[in-house]
Amino acid sequence: MNANDLTQYLFYLALLVAASWPLGLYIARVYQDRPCGLDRILGPVERLLYRLCGIDASKEMDWKAYALAVVACNALGILAVYAVQRLQGALPLNPAGLPGVDPYVAFNTAVSFATNTNWQAYGGETTMSHLTQMLALTVQNFVSAATGMAVMAALIRGLARRETSLLGNFWRDLTRSTLYVLLPLSVILAVALVWQGVPQTLAGSATARLVEPTAYEKPVLDGSGNPVLDAAGKPLTEPATQAEQVIAMGPVASQVAIKQLGTNGGGFFNVNSAHPFENPTPLTNLLELLAILLIPAALCHAFGVMVGDRRQGWAVFMAMTILFAGFAFLTIQAEATPNPLLEKAGVASAANMEGKEVRFGAAGSALWAAATTAASNGSVNAMHDSFTPLGGMWPMLLMQLGEVVYGGVGSGLYGMLVFAVVAVFVAGLMVGRTPEYLGKKIEPFETKMAALVILIPPFLSLMGTALAAVAGPPDAVSNPGPHGFSQMLYAFSSMGNNNGSAFAGLTASSPFWTIAGGVAMFVSRYWLIVPVLAMAGSLAGKKRLQAGPGTLPTHGPIFVALLMAVVLVVGALTFVPALALGPVAEHLALFK
Amino acid sequence: MFATFMQQLRPAALMLFWMTLLTGLAYPLAMTGLGAALFPAQAGGSLIVTGGGVAGSALIGQPFASDAYFHGRPSATAPYEYNAGASSGSNLGPSNPALPEAVAGRVAALDGGGPAPMDLVTASASGLDPHVSPEGAARQLGRVARARNMPPETVAALVAAHTEGRLFGFWGEPRVNVLELNLALDAAGKKE
Repeated sequence: MNANDLTQYLFYLALLVAASWPLGLYIARVYQDRPCGLDRILGPVERLLYRLCGIDASKEMDWKAYALAVVACNALGILAVYAVQRLQGALPLNPAGLPGVDPYVAFNTAVSFATNTNWQAYGGETTMSHLTQMLALTVQNFVSAATGMAVMAALIRGLARRETSLLGNFWRDLTRSTLYVLLPLSVILAVALVWQGVPQTLAGSATARLVEPTAYEKPVLDGSGNPVLDAAGKPLTEPATQAEQVIAMGPVASQVAIKQLGTNGGGFFNVNSAHPFENPTPLTNLLELLAILLIPAALCHAFGVMVGDRRQGWAVFMAMTILFAGFAFLTIQAEATPNPLLEKAGVASAANMEGKEVRFGAAGSALWAAATTAASNGSVNAMHDSFTPLGGMWPMLLMQLGEVVYGGVGSGLYGMLVFAVVAVFVAGLMVGRTPEYLGKKIEPFETKMAALVILIPPFLSLMGTALAAVAGPPDAVSNPGPHGFSQMLYAFSSMGNNNGSAFAGLTASSPFWTIAGGVAMFVSRYWLIVPVLAMAGSLAGKKRLQAGPGTLPTHGPIFVALLMAVVLVVGALTFVPALALGPVAEHLALFK
Repeated sequence: MFATFMQQLRPAALMLFWMTLLTGLAYPLAMTGLGAALFPAQAGGSLIVTGGGVAGSALIGQPFASDAYFHGRPSATAPYEYNAGASSGSNLGPSNPALPEAVAGRVAALDGGGPAPMDLVTASASGLDPHVSPEGAARQLGRVARARNMPPETVAALVAAHTEGRLFGFWGEPRVNVLELNLALDAAGKKE
């Protein structure tokens, strides 16, 4: 890591800390129904929406009704996304004339976008029509993010309130998250992106005459479009010349803005934010990088305000920030290390640039990799598959920690609060007292729910990987040796934690991968949301205890250290053996 | 519990419908209108239009093979390089033997001796990277000047004119836009 890399790293951290604080205070106003400024303009829209949907927004729900509303909203969302993909061939706004998406990929994508994962088993520009990108995918980018924020608001109310069964109104939380937080920020970011060169048009593509026509080997196809093989089983090719460049574009900026802000990550193009049209300049790289972590980080401060003690928000924020800073440093360091195989091939000793873009460089790519996996964003500006073994391992571990180092919008904070419950429980065991968090007694029910939330994602990640290694299609993996195992482990760590990034050499469009992955994404989203809401309901019903001499303060450095230790120990104990088989083995072989 | 679920289905369906209109239709269309009004060139893909029609996009690289042009980075798109309708990286892992093999072939094809600049011999993430590093351009300068019978100083001045530095002096990396540089070379050649 050189001085310039270090400057970029520190600059980004400082910007994140500075920007998340005011936004957090603003978001707290949104959930506490206090005037936030925008309500003067958007208040009528909000009330109109409630009226059109027949919702009494003042009627609060208990945890079961809240959970059922979440499930109803998301179930219909999955069905709608599936239907639009299957029917896109017959629908308008399809300038490239793309056919309906195949059922396996459509199922996988529907679950993926509704669960805020945005794992992509397809290449955007060659699979999805503009209508699908807008009506199906962009909508879920908003709704899935707002769902996470709503569930988080419900959990915070459970901690802040006492002796009630009510957690708020899901429809109200969903609407206010969208109207007052996600939509205005997306508009600002989208305009900035267009200014920097991200296309925003309903045209399908532009055709350019290449300055210099290019010669290539064209695969020979038979009548039905399948490649013709020669006697040795290799595809036949014939020399051909390409004189034109068809440049795919579309309504890109509007989708990229919300995909970053809502920790969605599903790109318009196959290579996501590495594509010059999604991320054309260092400035867009900075804005998108900030957008990835901005809302998840700000929510910590909103939490502090809502429980009436800002120090509680800072404690959670510090635990997340210290973990992120550490992992980001390690990732940048790993990517700055030259690959000995390339040095031997006659290349200058420098950071590896295979799978990276010149305008971002190795440090800008590594910092992004850490941010996108720390948040459950999953968009990429470089190909993680081509990262150094350790440069790929740190982002993988960030996902495996359960997406709580900032994590997804809403989901990261509710995940981290569950870890906080476990941390006070562990502390309580050490001194032999009944644990408390924010004046609420932590009893067996809360501990059981917390255990579910913490154990389900690792179970899905490891079992999915094992299943893929034993029963998955053998040609899915594109790299030999331990790296092939890393590709599978990364994929299920990503889907099992609702991240969505990939070691993209993996072929994930086969029935096995689309179905197993779809199930993993579904379970890791809703089997976590329901226990979290159950815990919120139980906490809301409890009395608030006054802090006594035996109470562990949850706003000081000791608690921050304890919380970080719990997150790291749970993650490390679960995943060290699997990581040893993949990236660690590859690292030792490469740098022997 | 089932009754509560059924109760929530109606608001769920209506909410999804209106959210679709708001975030799936109104929002992208409003952004399209705003983009066309404020930044029409960028919103349309930053196309470079010359006398002969659209020559390309300033943000999307093109394949170059002859000595008279600066070459961009290797591209892993299929079936031909720089296919701007199907972006793709190579996704070769760091220990995959195919990676040093491909890189060694590209190093051998380079003009001049000494270690090769990293970006010139490794495939970009998108397969459409419009840039090379200043070192990558410098390595090709002599070849281009010879092929065009131009003084190296003239070519170097054009390279410098198409080199962008870091944002704020530290954010991102310095880079040379290959397509714009090559078009400028052609234009300079015509003037002489």
